[in-house]
Parts: sequence; C-alpha cells; structure tokens
Amino acid sequence: MQPSSHNFKQNAKVALADKDLQIALAQVQEGFINKRARVVDKLAEFEQLREQGKQIRNHTLEHLDYYLERYEQAVTKLGGHVHWARDSEEACKIILDICQQAEAKSVIKGKSMVSEEIGLNDVLEQSGMDVIESDLGEYILQLAEEPPSHIIAPAIHKTKDQISDLFVKHHAQYGYSERQTTVPDLVNEARAVLRQRFLEADVGITGGNFLIAETGSNIIVTNEGNGDLSCTLPKVHIVTSGIEKVIPTLDDATAMLRLLGRSATGQEITSYTTFSSGPKRPGDLDGPEQYHVVLVDNVRSKMLADEFREMLRCIRCGACMNHCPVYGSVGGHVYGWVYPGPMGVVLSSMNLGLEETKDLANACTLNGRCAQVCPVKIPLPDLLRNLRRQQKRNLTAWQFVTG
Amino acid sequence: MSDARTEIFSRVHKALGRESLSPEQRKSLDERMASAPELIRPQFSDDLVKHFAKQLESVSASFVRVKNDAAIVSAVTEHLDSLGLKHNLVVAQSLKDLQWPKNFEIHSGRARDNDLVSVTGCFVAVAETGSVVLLSSPESPTTLNFLPDYHIAIVKSSQLVRHMEDAWTELRQLPGGIPRTINLISGPSKTADVEQTLQVGAHGPRSFHVVFVE
Repeated sequence: MQPSSHNFKQNAKVALADKDLQIALAQVQEGFINKRARVVDKLAEFEQLREQGKQIRNHTLEHLDYYLERYEQAVTKLGGHVHWARDSEEACKIILDICQQAEAKSVIKGKSMVSEEIGLNDVLEQSGMDVIESDLGEYILQLAEEPPSHIIAPAIHKTKDQISDLFVKHHAQYGYSERQTTVPDLVNEARAVLRQRFLEADVGITGGNFLIAETGSNIIVTNEGNGDLSCTLPKVHIVTSGIEKVIPTLDDATAMLRLLGRSATGQEITSYTTFSSGPKRPGDLDGPEQYHVVLVDNVRSKMLADEFREMLRCIRCGACMNHCPVYGSVGGHVYGWVYPGPMGVVLSSMNLGLEETKDLANACTLNGRCAQVCPVKIPLPDLLRNLRRQQKRNLTAWQFVTG
Repeated sequence: MSDARTEIFSRVHKALGRESLSPEQRKSLDERMASAPELIRPQFSDDLVKHFAKQLESVSASFVRVKNDAAIVSAVTEHLDSLGLKHNLVVAQSLKDLQWPKNFEIHSGRARDNDLVSVTGCFVAVAETGSVVLLSSPESPTTLNFLPDYHIAIVKSSQLVRHMEDAWTELRQLPGGIPRTINLISGPSKTADVEQTLQVGAHGPRSFHVVFVE
C-alpha cells in the first residue's frame, strides 16, 4: 500500500474528530485490556514465561542461519517447497508464479500481516485472479477497500452499522439483499457467502504465527477456522512469513503459544491452533497437493545487525497497541502503513525510512505500558527514543547541508 | 546477482558478525534440537479430568462423561436430540462400526459441504488448555473438523494428557512421522470482529462437544 505516514499529524486531527472511530476505540479497554489482565492474573508463571519467551526468541535470532537451514530441510523432506524473497516485489512474484502454475482463478486467504506488508492482493488481482480475504475482519475491510487498523482485530474501527451497509451493497449479488442489523445475522451471512468461496478456491494463502525447525511446520492460530479451511480445501497451500518467525522445536512453540493467546485476545488458547507440515500424504482424502513457504526478508536481516534486533522478537500479538494511549486516541490508520501502534512505529520506520515516518516516533508518551505488556519484553520505549535520536541527527545533518 | 537464498544467508551472517557456525556450535544446536530443554509448564493441582472439563467449559465447548465405549452411541444420540438435529453423521473411519441405530445415516471419508454433524476420535487431549488434538489421516480427514456445523469428538481417558508437551512426546513416537495437519481444537469457531462482540460459528463448527469415555 502507498504509505501515508508522513501525514500523521493531519490524519490524527481527522481521527480525533471522527465520532464512529472514537466509539470503536473506546471498546478496546474492555475488549482487550481487561481480558488480558484477567487471564494473566490467573497464571502464576506468566512473568517467568515472558522471560523465557524472550530467551527463546533471542537464542533463535542469534542462530537464525542454523534454524532457517534446519527448517528448510524439514519442509523439503516432507515434499514442501521453501522460497526465499529478498523484498516484497520478489515475494509477490514468487507467489504469483505459483498461482499461475496452478492455473488459479480464485485465491482464498487466511489472515497474514506479511501479505499486507508485501502488497500481495494487488499483484494477484492485477493478474486477473479473484482474491478473497476470509478472516471476517479482513473480509469487511476488503469490501470497504481499506487497510487493517489493528494487527489482530483489523476492522476494529468499523461500527456494526457500517458493516451492515457494506454487506447490503456487496452481498446482493449472492441473493442476500435484506439488511442485517444484529451481530449473529451479520456473521451468518458472511459465513454463507464465504463458504462458497472456500469451496471454489484453487489456492489458499495463510500466514505463519511460527515456523518450527524441528518439524517443518507452520502454525496458524485462529478463532474462526478460516485459516484452517484456507489451508485444507484448495489444492495448493502457500504460507507467507518473515524469516524471523522460525523457532527450534514443538516445545519452544508451546512456550510461545502460552504467551500469544493471553497477550493478544486474553485467551488461554484460541479455538484453533493448527500445524501444517508439507502437502497431503499418500492416501489422505483432503489437504493440499502442494505446500509452499515464502520467506520474506525485507528489512529483517538489516534489523538483525543493528540496535533494532530486539524488535525481531515480536510475535505480533498487538498488546502494545491495545495499551498505547496514542493508538487508543487515533486508531491504526493514522500511522499510515501496515503495522500500527508502538511496534508499528518501529517497523514502519525501518521499512519506509525516517523521512516518511518522521512524526511516528514522537507519537508516544513514553509511559512504558507497551514494554510492560510485551510478551517477549521488547523495550519499545527505548527503541522509540533511539528513533527520535536518529531523527534529530538526520535533521541536524540536513540543516547543515542546506545551511 | 546471486540468488535470493544465498544473499539472505549472506546478509544474516553479516548481521550476526560471523561466517557459518563452527562444528562445535552446530553440535550443541543439534543437541538442543534433539532434546529440547525443559521449559516452564503452568502448574495446576486439580484432577486431570476435572481440569479438562473446566477448561472446555471456559471455551464454550460442551462435555459429557460416559462409563464405557458401549455408551458412546447413546451419548451422541442424546446430544443430537437435545439440539434437534437429524441422525445423519459423517464419522471418522474408526467410529463407523459402532452399533449405530438402524435409522442413522452414517458415512465416512472426507466431509462434504452439506454434512451437518461430524463425529471423530482424537490423538490425545490436553487438560491444561481443554484442547482436543486431531491428526490428519485417511481415517480422519481434516475436513471433518471444520466443514460441519456440529463437531463431536470422542476422547478416551487413556488419551488425556496434562500439558501440551506431553502431546508432542506421543507425537514424536509415531512410526510414520508427523502428519500433514495437527489440529488443536479448543472450543467452537468464533469471531469478535464485529464490534468485539463474541459470536460463535464464524467459519467452522458452531458447536464443539466432547464425549469423554472413562
């Protein structure tokens, strides 16, 4: 997507005056903050688990070459394919090639932030493919032609009324012309419309919450079951992931899963935790015939080298944005790119450069709540301070040049 | 220009400030992979079955205990009748030969779109999280777990383990290696994507029922 991070200040003003948005953001408190607090209070070992999670991620990053090699070997041994992409363009090209080889007309997607990062949908659609987002939040945004405003609750900024309007407009073609106004009716209508799309899809694309070096598996964590249908029904399953998502073993994955659900949605575990490893086995009656993993670098290897390595521990739970007073006031779109909130400030700055993102690091009160709730103890306020220092250096250099 | 894989590995090596690993380092990492260090497991003191039942309840799954295998059919029937469902089932291969009443329509194989109710066994179940673990196989295709509106899973007491790690210990002993899909199922399909209001039955089963055989 075309970034608009440089317009942060202007966009923030608009967001603060947007009544619907402010109503939606007010629900973050009960929806995420309180639920997380309750489930964390229930678990005596939570603080130890955070420290352990940090250690596991640090260990893996320190030996990233080893674990990527082992992971690749494990996937290949099962008959899967690992593809490497230096940047977004390369990743999209690889995925487009796989889809074209499969003569895909229809592609169904589970939720994947990496696919947002690389701008995948546009590329597939420009080649004439029908691309359907199946996570309900992502689907709503696809109809609205908007990017996600939260990494795990992408449509958190939308009110029920707005969703009703979108469904009336887009579902009439499938015979659903009555305006639904209750949550159960809206969810049921989306289920019926999307079920047909699942059954027709030629290719399923999902993300990977973790990649396991021991078994060559990708894990997806969902409540809806959409990711699971996406990787079970079509004849080709493609996983998009960053190179930093690998972890050593099933046991390490378990340690991370104990942190992820609690930190993200305040759930001890989500409805579905699914490990996919290679294509279907001989004799299997369902499952994909092909299994591909596309590992994307973009700025990850660069961050591994510098003072932002700690950011690579991130497991994309969203707790930092849920607890951020700035995110809570302006929402996710204002940040202007794929990743919002505190983690998004760092990732946007790394990916887009300091000039595009010059105001983001200042959109922070340094109250430190993001670091307190981060399941892998990323010192986000320190990273934001560091970005401010770099901004200042750049600015000074620029003033010197232009004198 | 080098290929992407070579270049990414070279970037990673540069970032880590070293070339590839020494044989000693590699050996120690191989060892960690072969036997993962003991990690923190959340402790709980109540009885395993009680904990499992409590966790299932907390994720909006339903749970019933029966005395023996002979009681499975009647437990399933009662569940169907309580929901007013027809006696048409898609079942895992291992359950096809149970003593289903004559008026039941039973088929096995993969689920079809119009299958309303599935009945499966499981590989193990995890008390810690209230999860039922299913492995894909010709006998228990993954579509059984996701396409029907109602999923009933049969869990035997010998299959109940304490922690998720215990499931992996069993998994690593499988002679055929790991299957294509491992599903940890903890409750029905749900979504909170409309105004953060929890609604069951997003894309997968609207109801998840466990029949626990003592």
